[in-house]
Amino acid sequence: MKPAPFDYYRIEHADEAVELLANYGDDARILAGGQSLLPMLNMRLAEPKLLLDISQTVDLNYIKIDNGKLSIGAATTQATLEWRAELPQELPLVALAFPHISHFQIRNRGTVCGSIAHADPSAELPLCLLALGGDVVVRSKRGEREVQAKDFFQGALLTAREADELIVAVRYPLAKSGQRYFFTEFSMRHGDYAIVAVAAITTSDTVTLAVGGVADRPVAQYWRGLSGGAIDDALNEFAWSLDAQDDQHASAQYRRHLVRVLGKQAISGAAQ
Amino acid sequence: MKQNSEKHKIILTLNGETRAGYAESRTLLCDFLRHELGATGTHVGCEHGVCGACTLRVDDIAARSCLMLAVQVEGRRVDTVESLAGRDGLLNDLQLAFRRHHALQCGFCTSGILMSCMDYLERVTNPSEQQVREMLSGHLCRCTGYTNIVQAVLDTAQQMQARSRAGA
Repeated sequence: MKPAPFDYYRIEHADEAVELLANYGDDARILAGGQSLLPMLNMRLAEPKLLLDISQTVDLNYIKIDNGKLSIGAATTQATLEWRAELPQELPLVALAFPHISHFQIRNRGTVCGSIAHADPSAELPLCLLALGGDVVVRSKRGEREVQAKDFFQGALLTAREADELIVAVRYPLAKSGQRYFFTEFSMRHGDYAIVAVAAITTSDTVTLAVGGVADRPVAQYWRGLSGGAIDDALNEFAWSLDAQDDQHASAQYRRHLVRVLGKQAISGAAQ
Repeated sequence: MKQNSEKHKIILTLNGETRAGYAESRTLLCDFLRHELGATGTHVGCEHGVCGACTLRVDDIAARSCLMLAVQVEGRRVDTVESLAGRDGLLNDLQLAFRRHHALQCGFCTSGILMSCMDYLERVTNPSEQQVREMLSGHLCRCTGYTNIVQAVLDTAQQMQARSRAGA
């Protein structure tokens, strides 16, 4: 179980990676934390010709507040964000999600942007990005563009990133007064991939519920004036809309059940 | 810096000593340490980041060495389980606590667990049992049932606290 041969570049500046991506496109893969890519290389599920290692790229390693959003550079590890003292005030939802994200040792190297780029349908960071209405900043030689989370995730491990584009940052909107948050998930063991993960954001009369692990991408639903028995009906309708599939981990029926149960927990938990 | 897929010389600081060896771009850090440098304290289990046996510290941060390439540690500091005991062979506090609490049986997972704990206890000096269990969830141990490992880690944390109070 060893990777196939590849050439390796240690990227000093983001624009070096952009230049190489323009030349090599799909033959090159970005190596950030490597916590998803290295297993794929080890099992030869991916065999790129070229690895562009941005893990030590200084101009991609930052966390800064940018126009009401927390902007996180592509080389910033999950642990750097997790251990940021202001995180519970800035992004309470993300702070609640962190304990569910794999393990301490993986978060130490895994990057925030890497999780977004990998776009696993059950991953927590893409789910939070969608729930909060964040965006992804991508750069190529053609220029830079911002892609909304709802447009970025296009399927299991599929995103709106073009082959010549580098994800330079991801931007999570900062907490707003009046918003309340809840995150929960069900997995076979703590730190495993979620079978179903849910993130809720509520205000006095609105509910946003985002669900991961059911459809081929995270999906968010917004309601206004939802209360009492209408919550159960709304959750049931939402659960059926996600086109759940049977697989070795859980049946479609069980996934719908989890959406209803965890969804209700999250909505009432956030409201408290 | 570009390295083609051929073998290249890697220079790093391993357990406080400057060491050098040759690695292809695709060589995993764990294999480089074991096969090229002969540092076999780091064990290799699942080779895809699940079991935690190969955990070591790169610039003090605990990480899976099966999910890093040897070329990535060029010029950096790597510490493995071999760094823990003193030159006189005396075990450190964490290792002694593992022995006292019978926190290992076959020992295959132990070197990785020790390196995770060393990083974690420097960051969280007074962890709860729940926090220790969450940190250990990144490791698989088939012998102990984990309870004795949790006790050893909590005991070490208490000792470190007592010592820092005494020193203060």
